[in-house]
Amino acid sequence: MAGFNKVVSSYAEAMAGLEDGMTVIAGGFGLCGIPENLIAQIKRMGTRELTVVSNNCGVDDFGLGVLLQDRQIKKMISSYVGENALFEQQLLAGELEVELTPQGTLAEKMRAGGAGIPAFFTATGYGTPVGEGKEVRNFAGRPYILEESIRADFAIVKAWKGDRYGNLVYRHTAQNFNPMAATAGKITVVEIEELVEPGELEPSQIHTPGIYVDRMIVGSFEKRIEQRTVRAVN
Amino acid sequence: MSLSREQLAMRVARELQDGYYVNLGIGIPTLVANYVPEGMNVMLQSENGLLGMGQFPTEAELDADMINAGKQTVTAVTGASIFSSAESFAMIRGGHVDLTVLGAFEVDVMGNIASWMIPGKLIKGMGGAMDLVAGADNIVVTMTHASKHGESKLLPHCTLPLTGAGCIKKVVTDLAYVEIADGKFWLRERAPGISVDEIVAKTAGEMVVPEVVPEMEF
Repeated sequence: MAGFNKVVSSYAEAMAGLEDGMTVIAGGFGLCGIPENLIAQIKRMGTRELTVVSNNCGVDDFGLGVLLQDRQIKKMISSYVGENALFEQQLLAGELEVELTPQGTLAEKMRAGGAGIPAFFTATGYGTPVGEGKEVRNFAGRPYILEESIRADFAIVKAWKGDRYGNLVYRHTAQNFNPMAATAGKITVVEIEELVEPGELEPSQIHTPGIYVDRMIVGSFEKRIEQRTVRAVN
Repeated sequence: MSLSREQLAMRVARELQDGYYVNLGIGIPTLVANYVPEGMNVMLQSENGLLGMGQFPTEAELDADMINAGKQTVTAVTGASIFSSAESFAMIRGGHVDLTVLGAFEVDVMGNIASWMIPGKLIKGMGGAMDLVAGADNIVVTMTHASKHGESKLLPHCTLPLTGAGCIKKVVTDLAYVEIADGKFWLRERAPGISVDEIVAKTAGEMVVPEVVPEMEF
């Protein structure tokens, strides 16, 4: 049964094998549903020259932003960046490369990568800077551009509940990019809030089946809020 | 008088229909949610992965795992669903969203839109805007008709890098409601007290002006 026990007991073990120059896909949208402790572990390891694929790059002192502090990221593939001053500085200084990718195309690149589809046609970005230099094909009279999918050496994922088989469910909109990220890593590492007994998760309600998960660790999370908006009670 | 932000949102809200799934961009488009007519039900789609976005939470309801595409904390309405970003953009790209409302820097007579990048300024990214304009059939752009310096934003050709090509058919500005067809702007309505001459003067692209251009009423 040990083959189906994905749980590891330390963050060092969770990220073992990550080396300089590797590509890492990270789940999360803004600061919501980010694998915050796995990111912190990459910072502790000091791994450099990383290509990071994630919708955003955190803020100065939280999320992927912490990897900018010691210049661990060589290239970001994202749809929206620049929520942090360090990012802007390093970009303008030429120390950081950015490949801006439309959000839906980024999600589909991960989904396709994990699903064994090397590329796909999409209308998104045709006629814009995103489409420049890409193959164009017409289908039913409409032009589409060819986008290549993405796989990574490591995928880092944040889920809510998981069992030791690696079956996962996500909580609310913390799902975001996490299910696609989970499929697209050669090694997929998941941080969960709660480890449950096998059988507790209803099989038909599982978001990510355990086949995609290599390692899993139970973490405690700060869950920082980026834009705290509340309404008054009448 | 040119339209206020609220009036712009009110005018856009007239494009809503009962049962619509609607994606609202950041800024004035977000205000449209405040003007859904009484008795009409619409579902708001937030592209991070939420269909059925509700109002901001109370202090007691605040939940870091519950945000919208603007990264603001929100709630979900009864009947809402939550899913991955890939699923979310399948809805968008697949043309399942009935109405998309977003802002822009420029539009042109060919229905091109520029809304994400000003060369020379820091480029933060397009987020989901390119997917939204590529996927939706029914898009309303909200913007001011001209810049603060009086330069038209309704152009013969967009000058800024595009967000999407040939995808815009309806524009609500602070001066007018304009449709785009056959390589021309078509003036359909004017803001209260705004003359056709002023609108034409502030429209750089070719504009067709019908004999009667009704004034918007609020």
